[in-house]
Amino acid sequence: MTNRAERQPLPLMVLCMGFVLIWVITAAFPFLWTFWGSFKVEADFFSYSNWMNAITGPRTLQQTGATWTGNGYEGAWIEQKFWVAVINTAIVTVSVVVISLTIGTLGGYALARSGFRYTFWILIAALVFRAMPHVTLVSGYLLPFFQLNIWGYLPTSILVLVAINQPFTLWMLHSFFLSIPKDLDESAMVDGCTRFQAFRLVIIPVMWPGVVTTALFSFLLAYNDFTVTSMLLTQENQTMVPKIASFLGTVQAENKVMYAVAAVVSAMGPLFVLVLFFQRQIVSGLTAGAVKG
Amino acid sequence: MPHRTFFAFILPSLFVMLLFIALPILSVAYQSLFIEHDQALIEVETCDPFSCQKELRVDAAAMAALREEAPMGKFNGLGTYTNSSHLAFDEVSQIWANSPSILAFLSSLTNLPFYNAMAFTLAYTFIVTPLVIITGFFIALGVNAVPTLIKGPVIFFSLLPMIVTPLIGSLVLFWMIDSKGILGATLQWVFSDPQLTLKASPTLTWTVLMVYGVWHSAPFSFIVYYAGLQGVPKDTLESAMIDGATRWERVRYVVIPHLIPLTTFIALMQLMDNFRVLEPIVGFSAEANASSLSYLIYNDLRIAETPLFGSAAATSMLTIIGVVILLTPVLIRTWRDFNRKTH
Repeated sequence: MTNRAERQPLPLMVLCMGFVLIWVITAAFPFLWTFWGSFKVEADFFSYSNWMNAITGPRTLQQTGATWTGNGYEGAWIEQKFWVAVINTAIVTVSVVVISLTIGTLGGYALARSGFRYTFWILIAALVFRAMPHVTLVSGYLLPFFQLNIWGYLPTSILVLVAINQPFTLWMLHSFFLSIPKDLDESAMVDGCTRFQAFRLVIIPVMWPGVVTTALFSFLLAYNDFTVTSMLLTQENQTMVPKIASFLGTVQAENKVMYAVAAVVSAMGPLFVLVLFFQRQIVSGLTAGAVKG
Repeated sequence: MPHRTFFAFILPSLFVMLLFIALPILSVAYQSLFIEHDQALIEVETCDPFSCQKELRVDAAAMAALREEAPMGKFNGLGTYTNSSHLAFDEVSQIWANSPSILAFLSSLTNLPFYNAMAFTLAYTFIVTPLVIITGFFIALGVNAVPTLIKGPVIFFSLLPMIVTPLIGSLVLFWMIDSKGILGATLQWVFSDPQLTLKASPTLTWTVLMVYGVWHSAPFSFIVYYAGLQGVPKDTLESAMIDGATRWERVRYVVIPHLIPLTTFIALMQLMDNFRVLEPIVGFSAEANASSLSYLIYNDLRIAETPLFGSAAATSMLTIIGVVILLTPVLIRTWRDFNRKTH
């Protein structure tokens, strides 16, 4: 099964195992630690005297009567109204994914099927736009948005996020469409389909893996965004990430830093589920651009 | 595909990009030529039983009228670019005249806010990127050698630092390295120095931010390299072995050449992403010791009492120029490839 070139001597094997083990601990430990600690009180999670306190929770027992407490979550979700931010995040991410995929698949398909010179220029422009730090664009939105009186609303942010997401979506879908043979849609058109019907009835059904992968990355962009949402939304309309950033200052002043810890753990939840179920698609998406070199 | 169909398909996508990416850049360029209005001051006399004092106050009504009349602010030309919080021509020439050596010149140059931010951004970009590539490569080699059974969980845990929002990722680490957090307290214990905090000096803060950067991005280069390793031609490896190549020679002459194109890809993506570093600075509250170009813009727009649009716009333009310089080699290469393919 394994050929001779792949066989490892024992010491090298042990070295590899050790290195991989160290890496896995580095990658996973901070999350497990924060997750565990979010159910403790601040005196335990930030314990100067003994780090074991964060695991066993003696102060938590003293203050609340049990070694586990949901106080952080209660404070964050109810007192600090984190649930509003969760709903806003759901609205923003779902809308961004749906809109950017609808217009992105059309655009990516056109780029993949047309050999004109300007497709190259559109792709290059998309590459430059992809490289631009988002915050440089945000400063260009503020004044016009103030004057048009559209600043601070969810739909505005959704449109901006769709636009910022477009260059990446176009590149990714364009390379997925290139891997589907031209004959497929051309024969559908010979059979009497229009270009759009061929796209919708023949190409999209075979494109699902590519669409799902691109959707995942659009989701991550919208969900993780900090610059756009923190500057283009009002306090009431905030999504999770800027909400966490904004109440860091307020809860730290009132000694309620566990609220922030609980909010952070809540925001990590959906990402874990995502990785759990879509690991294969995420990996294929990350490497999609690379394989062609 | 005829031109008309092409544009019908791509129109919505092109439209949002023009409206929300291309136009804002023009808007930024235009804004950078303006500066905030001077404060309109009026003299107010306040009297108490003993004396009267004259005092200058901001005239709110006059300011509102001024803003109504010229919402962009006062025209300043390229003045914002050359003032002391951006390129600082006057200060730079003064420092140049006063410093005995190049090193002294550079170290006083980084006291200026813009150059300080640029130094951090460039240092972050050019230190984190190679480290990410190297770390990812070794993890990929390691994972490739371990039994198939544990590869799945390893990839799952590896993806986490990268997938998680940068702000959240940095907060998670920040709470651990806090002097009361587990890592911070352990470090104090190891060095038996109760005053030690990782936020104390610029060097320590820079190191922590860069460690975060590597932790956050190493999974990306790991995954790409790991996928690449699956495609290394097995026959070549085997024949190299029959020809007497050692283990290291096989890595050096077969595996690494195979992975070179991937390295270019990773480097490009990492350069683009590291150049915009912002969230870790916010998450680690590191602004006292480290600020990046993006952070300067964020700070101008967000933290200041009244947003400094002109200043933010000037920094934005300079950042965009930086990005274009960074991308130029890639763009030239793509252009050559394209021409070779079409002719």
